[in-house]
Amino acid sequence: MAAPMLRGVSPVRRWSLAWVDGGSRHRRTSPNGSTSNRIREQSSVAQQPLHTAQKPRKGGHKWAAVVGLEIHAQISSNSKLFSGSQVSFTAPPNSLVSFFDASLPGTLPVLNRRCVEAAVMTGLALNCRINKKSLFDRKHYFYADLPAGYQITQQRLPIAANGSLSYGVFVGNRWSHMATKTVRIKQIQLEQDSGKSLHDDLRSQTLIDLNRAGVGLLEVVMEPDLSCGEEAAAVVKELQLILQALGTSQANMAEGQLRVDANISVHHPGEPLGIRTEVKNLNSIRFLARAIDHEIQRQINELESGGEILNETRSFDPKLGCTVPMRDKEGKQDYRFMPEPNLPPLVLYDTASLPAGADSQQVINIDQIRDALPELPSATRKRLVQQYGMLPEHSFALLNEAGLLQFFQNVMKETRAEPKKVTSWVLNTLLGYLKHHNLAVSESPITPSALAGLLDLLDSKAISSSAAKQQV
Amino acid sequence: MAARAVWLAFRGGLGRRQAFSTKANVQVKARVAERTSPVTHALRFIPQGSGRITVEVIEHLERLALVDFGSREAVARLEKAVAFADRLREVDTDGVEPMESVLEDRCLYLRSDNVAEGNCAEELLQNSHRVMEEYFVAPPGNISLPKLVNKNPSYTAKW
Repeated sequence: MAAPMLRGVSPVRRWSLAWVDGGSRHRRTSPNGSTSNRIREQSSVAQQPLHTAQKPRKGGHKWAAVVGLEIHAQISSNSKLFSGSQVSFTAPPNSLVSFFDASLPGTLPVLNRRCVEAAVMTGLALNCRINKKSLFDRKHYFYADLPAGYQITQQRLPIAANGSLSYGVFVGNRWSHMATKTVRIKQIQLEQDSGKSLHDDLRSQTLIDLNRAGVGLLEVVMEPDLSCGEEAAAVVKELQLILQALGTSQANMAEGQLRVDANISVHHPGEPLGIRTEVKNLNSIRFLARAIDHEIQRQINELESGGEILNETRSFDPKLGCTVPMRDKEGKQDYRFMPEPNLPPLVLYDTASLPAGADSQQVINIDQIRDALPELPSATRKRLVQQYGMLPEHSFALLNEAGLLQFFQNVMKETRAEPKKVTSWVLNTLLGYLKHHNLAVSESPITPSALAGLLDLLDSKAISSSAAKQQV
Repeated sequence: MAARAVWLAFRGGLGRRQAFSTKANVQVKARVAERTSPVTHALRFIPQGSGRITVEVIEHLERLALVDFGSREAVARLEKAVAFADRLREVDTDGVEPMESVLEDRCLYLRSDNVAEGNCAEELLQNSHRVMEEYFVAPPGNISLPKLVNKNPSYTAKW
């Protein structure tokens, strides 16, 4: 069931009408309250009545959950999106901040070429249409870690749109069979990151560090095609692998390089979509799956006992294992989008449209970037299955653990043993050992050569299987 | 007396653009809204709505933009400004591609990805009212608006 996008209003008039005539055009009057993640930003008037879910018919009806993800990935670049300050995770507070990042008057944004290339690469990897012309906008809201009072983003015309991401899920009982599903990508846009605020409750103040302010982000907006926490986890994992393979982002959730917000609602199949809640503060893929499943269950319980779902933002508390309402956001936010007046449209070219004699530093050729794309995880897995005859599940497992694929390939280079045997040893014995001792592949005391040698001995029947296992 | 009358007339003549206050009159006259109307075309003016701005809209705007529409005159000024801008709608723009910005024909310059700025923490922190160990200090949570005591804008001009 496709989620309809309520985008009836043309771009320019969206703002000019926003508050002058009370925003009646943009009120979310549709009962499909949970369809578009973007509608929240287009609606204006603060004093709207909170939408309530319709009372469901009790008894016997199945529930279906609808989950949509919004993912922010920090672009892996040397300098920030619109200024020349360095991008680094650890540095003394406010030392990587330029006058522009601090929003001092008179400073102007200058776009970083590498960030544009990263966005184009990611768009191509996710099968998106790359918009040859994209525009920058300002999204206004007040918060201490946003010195300018607005964030430069691409709301009207993003750099890439209408893509898809294929991912694998286990069907039936665990480890038995993998199926491929697809989630649609609505758009990918470039935007600025905000600074970091550290809350000092003791002295009732907030400390602001602007090192992160202005760092380039890729926002990947997905259609609400997912239905449970497991699917969401698989999608995020796959996106992580893609971004890491492209080199556009290190996508480490723990370090905040990949941030996921989930929009969740439940409804009975065939009936209109329910009210959605937004869940934030998801710091790892495991928490993501748990939080989504918990929120789905909470909504079902609430509705079945006759309650109603509020359109609110909730935060996942890992200690309690449940979602709790976040600080009150003062009703609907009106971001008052306006075109960024200091940036002309971003124009991209392909080989056919490239102007003759153009400065290669100043133009971006989409075809050139497409030709230079590295091998994507899905292609790697296909190759492994073809080359070594392994099961798809194993190819997924090899790629999911950082460094494991390289380890496997190193062993294959040095051993005579059959691929199936190597696969089994790497995935079961070695990985099991590492997990048991809480080690990463890079910390493995067993080197690929050692394992290769061991497998050779096993192959030549010099030692028995159990003895070999003991060695490990 | 005569001199003063002349003086007032002189000031009046100089232009409604200038705010004037005398010992007798401390009201600050609105400046922009009373400027003579700009280029007039032979177009029909189609008023949209009543042009009144409700208290809810004012509160909403004050919250969003953190401005203070303290006086009734300010609200009146706002209404006039909106009416002034409404005249844009008289122009028929069917089938016309909207302009994004006055820069839309220019080339967007692409900077190469190297580090050229930063490392000026001391200078930046000097701008801040309060600083703690190289962090800017801000009030907790979000910037809050003081609660309005009464919903009606006060009668006296605050500025």
